Amino acid sequence: MSTEVAIVGIGMHEFGRTEGVSGMEQGVIAVRRACADAGVKWEDVQFAFGGSAAAGAADTMVSQLGLTGLQFINVANGCATGGSALFSAYNTIRSGVFDLGIAIGFDKHERGAFRVDTRGAGLGNWYGASGLALTTQFFGMKINRYMHEYGISHSTLGKVSEKAFRNGSMNPMAWRRKPISEQEALDSLMLSYPLTQYMFCSPGEGGVALILARADKAHLYTDKPIFLNAAVVRSRRFGSFEVLAPSIALEHNAGPTVDSSKAAFEMAGIGPEDIDLAQLQDTEAGAEVMHMAENGFCEHGEQEFMIQAGETEIGGKFPVNTDGGCLANGEPIGASGLRQVYENVLQLRGQAGARQVPNDPKVAYTHVYGAPGISGVTILSR
Amino acid sequence: MAQVPVTEGVFTWPSETPQLIGSRCVACGNHMFPVQAGCPKCTGEKTEQVLLGRRGTLWTWTVQGFPPKAPPYAGDVDPKTFKAFGVGYVELPGQIKVEARLTEADPEKLKIGMEMELVIVPLSTDASGNEVVTFAFAPVA
Ligand SMILES: [Zn+2]
Repeated sequence: MSTEVAIVGIGMHEFGRTEGVSGMEQGVIAVRRACADAGVKWEDVQFAFGGSAAAGAADTMVSQLGLTGLQFINVANGCATGGSALFSAYNTIRSGVFDLGIAIGFDKHERGAFRVDTRGAGLGNWYGASGLALTTQFFGMKINRYMHEYGISHSTLGKVSEKAFRNGSMNPMAWRRKPISEQEALDSLMLSYPLTQYMFCSPGEGGVALILARADKAHLYTDKPIFLNAAVVRSRRFGSFEVLAPSIALEHNAGPTVDSSKAAFEMAGIGPEDIDLAQLQDTEAGAEVMHMAENGFCEHGEQEFMIQAGETEIGGKFPVNTDGGCLANGEPIGASGLRQVYENVLQLRGQAGARQVPNDPKVAYTHVYGAPGISGVTILSR
Repeated sequence: MAQVPVTEGVFTWPSETPQLIGSRCVACGNHMFPVQAGCPKCTGEKTEQVLLGRRGTLWTWTVQGFPPKAPPYAGDVDPKTFKAFGVGYVELPGQIKVEARLTEADPEKLKIGMEMELVIVPLSTDASGNEVVTFAFAPVA
């Protein structure tokens, strides 16, 4: 296994709604917390990759953090912004250019479903005007087809939400910390059939920063380095079924998640059976179900049994979204992918408190998916 | 009240038998909707305009249960009068799956695989008092 890059410090600003604190300021707070965690000063940081979707250009935060002259590159890559920042930081260290750097993601979105910029997304005005420019519709349609093909039940969707909110209730950084039952999830307002209000995550706020170092220097900063064994970002190929698509080809392609997952396992030299826990993109309850199979952790349809049997719970065989996922944390786009990595670092260090996965997990996996058909995967180990 | 299409070049209008306007790749025959110049399948740079089939089968569907944000949405967003509408992908044999509003919004009446046909439906009224219309698919009775 390659162990050239380690995460030596992590910082997070609470997810949810923080009135009076801008998205950028939440990013700054996350950076300060990450520096404190690694025991480094801002002036020690040689380079940064950072981004947000709706809260400003990341490089302007140096005016608050200190004008040290470091190399700071803004990243804008939709839902994979955080993953792309991490990918870039990882490869900057691997290439030998720098020894110590930081990946930053933060955001702050207006309330309600994401307002889609149809022109920015390369779509005609007619698409939004006709009522088709809603990411929520795609999620409803993808899981509806999947349930039809593979026999996933409504109850299983409800159980995914129940687990997310229960895990969120044990996470002091989470937005939604009140447990709900499967039945409450099923009975809440139907937003985009078969998905209800409690099966969808909401756009939110938050910030995450991760400090990366050459693995052979990690001991300078931490006695619990977490090694980054793979960081991969992939875009869609012909025939995949993606969000905000006026049409899809008759030919079927499995999508960017399958591609990024395979590439990440190849890079790390391990397989799905070696993963002890995973944070999988759960924009809605159905996404978590489908992504279990797309990432190679089960066959299509096996999720029905696994979730009904509690296998994806924190104490189960294969814990998924131990911090409550997007469902309990909300989705500040720029920060969301890095939140998953933050959680895995805590779990691998054994510092996840009430939601700690038992039996000293050694290898953990993250996966993001988003518009317009992009996916990012990381594999971490201790 | 005059009727005007939500946009030009996406469906034939006015027409007794409206059709969606797409493209076909000259090199590989791949179909695209809406019209575009390059082919995502073979990277070919030459496409020709084609009218897509009017009938197909429902590949998947959902129901838009809350008013979309306006803009971009041009239809009714008043929570008191908003009516849920169906959205789905209809598979046009030998061509492509196209996304559209559905005239049916009752989950009990929507079934994957059912026959659907293209229709034109009212969407809103514009500033000049014209009725703006868009395309949708309706179950074949
Ligand atoms: Zn072609």
